[in-house]
Amino acid sequence: MTMRSAVITFPGSNCDRDMVVALEQLSRTSVARVWHRDTSLPEGLDLIALPGGFSYGDYLRAGAMAANSPIMREVVRAAERGVPVLGVCNGFQVLAESGLLPGALMRNASQNYICRTVGLRVENNRTRFTSAMAEGQEIRIPIAHHDGNYFADPETLEQLEGDGRIVFRYTENPNGSRNDIAGVISEKGNVLGMMPHPERAIDQAHGGTDGRAIFESLLESLEPA
Amino acid sequence: MKIRIHVSLKPGVLDPQGRAVHHALEGLGFEGVKDVRIGRIIELDVASDTSDERIDEMCRTLLANTVIENYRIEKGDE
Repeated sequence: MTMRSAVITFPGSNCDRDMVVALEQLSRTSVARVWHRDTSLPEGLDLIALPGGFSYGDYLRAGAMAANSPIMREVVRAAERGVPVLGVCNGFQVLAESGLLPGALMRNASQNYICRTVGLRVENNRTRFTSAMAEGQEIRIPIAHHDGNYFADPETLEQLEGDGRIVFRYTENPNGSRNDIAGVISEKGNVLGMMPHPERAIDQAHGGTDGRAIFESLLESLEPA
Repeated sequence: MKIRIHVSLKPGVLDPQGRAVHHALEGLGFEGVKDVRIGRIIELDVASDTSDERIDEMCRTLLANTVIENYRIEKGDE
């Protein structure tokens, strides 16, 4: 099974190459690279990935400028058609700023940039991004961010909790996120945003391979039933 | 036309930066500071025929994130 994927690069993205490498290794096919000023996406995509980094220097708010870039209009349109979208770290911030995911990512409660491997609990494995994992499974994935403090108002949080849309939770909250939230999914289940970097945990040389399961889940979801 | 956009965190949204500054003020011996909230001011110089609606749209589209922030538009004196 092949997976046609595209990785978006914004000025200031710095995990785009890592995302391409992860996708190419695990899907065994080449990955399209799309620039922020492009105004169209390749046809027939199975996945659009928004990588980590500091798009547009994180000016104004992390992800705010990127959310209004030309290519994001196409990403929003594709997401509305049901194309799967994965946003990691800055990619999650862009998805929140663009309104594809609820809430906002604020400055870490400690005010510090945090770069370390953290524990995550898989809260919902009935998604195309997590089906290769068990519910309640604990995985270890690196984080590297200054603005990962997830905020949503109480009504939104209640709705997310009730609908199983909190996909990953930190086992020890590193950044002050409400309800220990590390990753949330859209109502239709095709857009996932997460602060931890699965693409940085796909090779033993990374110190762990727990990130592979997310890409393997996506591949599985394409298998004919 | 000069416009000032005052962007502030909504009440109830924790402001880690404000809290750090609050601690710093206390550390410096300034007593009686009850709370510190940090926002930003964005100054725009726009064409004089720019409508209020258009300015509001700028705020909602880009300048403020209404999930966490409020904004107030102040028209400056020429």
